[in-house]
Amino acid sequence: MVPFDFAYYRPQSIAEATALFTALERDGKRPLYYGGGTEIITLSRLNLVRTAAVIDIKAIPECRTLDVGNDSLVLGAALSLTELEEANLFPLLTKAAREVADRTARNQITLGGNICGQIFYRETALPLFVAEADVIIAGPYGIRQCRFNDWFHQQLQLGRGEFVVQFKVDRAATALPHFHRKRRKQGEVGYPLVTIAALKKDGTVRVALSGVCPFPFRSAEVEAHVNDRSRPVGERIQAAVDAFPRPILHDIEGSADYRLFVAAQLLEDMLRELGDGETV
Amino acid sequence: MEETTKRELVLHVNGERRSIVARQAETLLFVLRDGLGLTGAKPGCLNGDCGACTVLVDGTPIKSCMMLAIETVGKEITTIEGLDDAPIQHAFVRHFSFQCGYCTPGFIMNAHALIERHPNADEAAIQEWLESNICRCTSYQEIEAAVKEVLEAKKAAPTDP
Repeated sequence: MVPFDFAYYRPQSIAEATALFTALERDGKRPLYYGGGTEIITLSRLNLVRTAAVIDIKAIPECRTLDVGNDSLVLGAALSLTELEEANLFPLLTKAAREVADRTARNQITLGGNICGQIFYRETALPLFVAEADVIIAGPYGIRQCRFNDWFHQQLQLGRGEFVVQFKVDRAATALPHFHRKRRKQGEVGYPLVTIAALKKDGTVRVALSGVCPFPFRSAEVEAHVNDRSRPVGERIQAAVDAFPRPILHDIEGSADYRLFVAAQLLEDMLRELGDGETV
Repeated sequence: MEETTKRELVLHVNGERRSIVARQAETLLFVLRDGLGLTGAKPGCLNGDCGACTVLVDGTPIKSCMMLAIETVGKEITTIEGLDDAPIQHAFVRHFSFQCGYCTPGFIMNAHALIERHPNADEAAIQEWLESNICRCTSYQEIEAAVKEVLEAKKAAPTDP
């Protein structure tokens, strides 16, 4: 139930979508790009979102691409999480996607929506951080491709009128040894206490976390401690946890101290599983 | 630009072509219930958590409280009213897979899709799919038993509809 009216548009091309956005913005409609719609509809009901126009990007062919090239995997932003799971072309992303919401909801939730929405866990961003993916962004001034990590600071830095078209992942990265865990307060469905995703490339662990802070992150400082083999594993993990960005979430799902405790345990599990925990 | 008003939508519901004038911002759940008189899909949490409003859109389970009706133009919608003696309906009766029954249409639509899409579903897949729905009378074991019975029967008689 949406307690206000909006107009619904379903452009067939990127150019049509961005032109619509510009025109609707000019008319004061405060348009929103619309993927699966789950967040826009549920937050509208709570009056946490308001708009006079939504622009559904699911009919734009580039946003629905699922393409395996020689060197890279291209994932359209409007693919649903269950479509990604069933294709299973990037196993770490499959694992991250499968832990978001529930199976039926994932038939609607899109990759782009999970990453660009207001709900801050954005757990499918984690595999893209550690795989060092590119993101293709369209907007009123054209289309640009950039490094996902460079444009994600707490959230993806999209300009007004921009939307994510695709993600591009190096195929070699999709086959690397990896680790994924999501720990919740209880049950098998719901928001995380801590979610961790990691890849190991050339002996170095890349790690990203959600649920620790009110934004997902990958941190060079944290990784430097995790990979510092001159120190015992326990010290590496403690230093990594101390280097987490702030603030640490402290809410009904879990206290800040408990989240850090869980994160440290998961870092230990990660090192052990990735063959780096011989001195744990 | 087009005004923010109602629009005539032609929906394909349970094999029939249904025409309705609805707000563009209206969810599929309320168009089905208040516009088309199909009250089988239930309003529960209206937040995508409980699954009581689950219907099938092109055979895929969808929480109809979180989808706009206008998004389903050109797609085939199936509600609990559109199931005609589906095996899972009988299995729910045999196993007493409900108490108050409010969540039942949602569970049945989701389970029906699972059985149609994944006749070889294993224990983990059954659990993953059923976690999308909540039953506050806690008939979970009976619901799982009903789903497993239908899957087993389908394996034993693979040519059955």
